[in-house]
Amino acid sequence: MTAETLIEVGDLRREYRLGEVTVPALQGVSLSIRRGEFVAVMGPSGSGKSTFMNLLGCLDRPSGGRYLLAGEDVGRCDADRLAAVRNRSIGFVFQSFNLLPRVTALENVELPLIYARVPAAERHRRARERLARVGLAERAGHLPRQLSGGQQQRVAIARALINDPPLILADEPTGALDSHTSLELMALFQELNAAGITIVLVTHEHDVAAFARRVIHFRDGRIVEDHPVQRPARAAEMLAGSSAPAPPSLIT
Amino acid sequence: MNLADTARSALRSLRANKLRSGLTTLGIIIGVAAVITMLAVGEGAKRTVQAQLKSLGSNTMIVFPGTITASGVRLGTGTRNTLTEGDARAISEEVPGVLAAGPGMRGTAQVVHGNLNWSTVVFGVTPEWLIAREWRVARGRGLDDNDLRTGAKVALVGQTVADMLFGGTDPTGQVIRVKNVPFEIVGLLAAKGQSFAGNDQDDIVLLPISTARSRVLGGGPGRSRTVGHISVKMADGVDMTEAEARVRQLLRQRHRLQPDQDDDFNIRNLSEVVEAEQAASGALSGLLAAVAGVSLLVGGIGIMNIMLVSVTERTREIGIRLAVGARSRDILTQFLTEAVILSLIGALAGVALGLGSAAALGHFAGWEIVLQPHAFVLAVASASIVGIFFGWWPARRAARLSPIDALRYE
Ligand SMILES: Nc1ncnc2c1ncn2[C@@H]1O[C@H](COP(=O)(O)OP(=O)(O)OP(=O)(O)O)[C@@H](O)[C@H]1O
Ligand SMILES: [Mg+2]
Repeated sequence: MTAETLIEVGDLRREYRLGEVTVPALQGVSLSIRRGEFVAVMGPSGSGKSTFMNLLGCLDRPSGGRYLLAGEDVGRCDADRLAAVRNRSIGFVFQSFNLLPRVTALENVELPLIYARVPAAERHRRARERLARVGLAERAGHLPRQLSGGQQQRVAIARALINDPPLILADEPTGALDSHTSLELMALFQELNAAGITIVLVTHEHDVAAFARRVIHFRDGRIVEDHPVQRPARAAEMLAGSSAPAPPSLIT
Repeated sequence: MNLADTARSALRSLRANKLRSGLTTLGIIIGVAAVITMLAVGEGAKRTVQAQLKSLGSNTMIVFPGTITASGVRLGTGTRNTLTEGDARAISEEVPGVLAAGPGMRGTAQVVHGNLNWSTVVFGVTPEWLIAREWRVARGRGLDDNDLRTGAKVALVGQTVADMLFGGTDPTGQVIRVKNVPFEIVGLLAAKGQSFAGNDQDDIVLLPISTARSRVLGGGPGRSRTVGHISVKMADGVDMTEAEARVRQLLRQRHRLQPDQDDDFNIRNLSEVVEAEQAASGALSGLLAAVAGVSLLVGGIGIMNIMLVSVTERTREIGIRLAVGARSRDILTQFLTEAVILSLIGALAGVALGLGSAAALGHFAGWEIVLQPHAFVLAVASASIVGIFFGWWPARRAARLSPIDALRYE
């Protein structure tokens, strides 16, 4: 385990302007996250968690403050550079999956590689490999609507993994899933974290946050609590112990 | 994103809305069909005119007697008999580059053989005139100087006259009566077909000018030596404008015209006639071009409209693509490609429709239709330009979306 810093934010701010009114969604957040961490972000609705995640994911630009990702000041990057950062360095997992509805699971997973200009044969190979890693090798040819919610989220995770990013950001990834499916998904996240990938995950559920190794609490656009989890729960063990059938192989 | 991927994904999203895509391309289809038809008809007309021009001789000019201006009233071409056989001879001897210059007189007459008769155009001409007008003899002989000197009662007949009076049998050696004067047919003229004014050029009888003047076309010996017109053929490569100027100068000198006096003759260059003809077919092409232009414009606006709808409908898709690393340039290319593919599909259908309508025009209207490869290149190129031009604005709107705004769009 290295202690190298991956994310460094200082006094990060984001205001939304709605006509005359200004909504201060993020009011000065400072934080650093080291490589290999598994951070859960919690807090009441409207406290700025998604706003914060979108900034970390370079999907949005801050109104003020600094954001260094792997030492690079992404606040100063132009749009094309940010696109490259989203493509190579960050895998984003959304609550609503955000898969392209008209293309197969395999093609959804390939999508980032298309923009990385990877040749087709190599794209297929890697996308199949990632789908196998999330336990969906047999579903490669299915359209999103032919998959369950949990399976769709796995496809989204496979897509996030396709370029081997150091960082995975997940905004309420289990929000639309039942508890068993959530458990399976958390086992997958823990496995990815064990493989060295840094994970930042927003959740409302303490059960889910219990799988992280550090929990941050937001309130009114500020961090009000930041503490480590002494003994994170082990999702894979809980699955094995439960009466439900074991999930498809999570480990390649 | 490479071109093949872009094209494939563009085709896929167009297929998702087959009916809408099909209707959108209608304007392009009609526009391209009009372009193809226009070029096929225009080129066909051009070839027809060129073929006729060749049969007439492009480096030919005709000198007509001029008008008299009597107290400001122009009395029309040929109201004064100002041209003579001497003028014709002078032109052939003194103007450089003249191949042949021959006088001619024109009239109409009833031509009779046995109990058949036929009303036709009768020309009194010379051997030089035959050369200048490019008449060739298919059978028998032409006219010679001896015929002219002796005022021989011999005639050359055109194919149509021969058909009418002799029903396809050899007319040479037969006798026809022109205004009751018997003429022996010594030659059958080679067929020329229609003139570009639509007249049958083979409906003709040619007589020696001396005989015609005294026996057939009136005037009598008293008004000898005046002629109806002079046909002049220049050698290939002679500048017609310059040749015309020289002929004019020579005739003004011979007619002793003062510098302040108008010409008492008119020179008509056949290429001017052809130019007028081409201007007429140009007007038709212009009309078709306007139809093509308007259709392509309407088609383009249709494409722009449908692409704007598509960008709005697919805002979330754009957000997803941006989130996984598409640059705004990639999004621009994607939507531009869709617009271009849409118009290219329209162009292909338009080419098919254009080929069909050109063939139909050729078949039913009897127009000559010439299809050239560059017509297809032009059609496809104009459709692509329409696609790029009208697809640009919607594509740019898509490309300017911010990732998070696009993702949050409902
Ligand atoms: N696009 C926007 N325009 C205006 N205001 C916004 C926008 N997005 C978020 N906000 C406001 O910013 C604040 C923080 O919103 P955010 O979505 O970050 O909350 P959250 O912590 O993710 O909440 P939840 O748990 O419900 O997802 C809220 O007050 C919200 O109304
Ligand atoms: Mg949220």
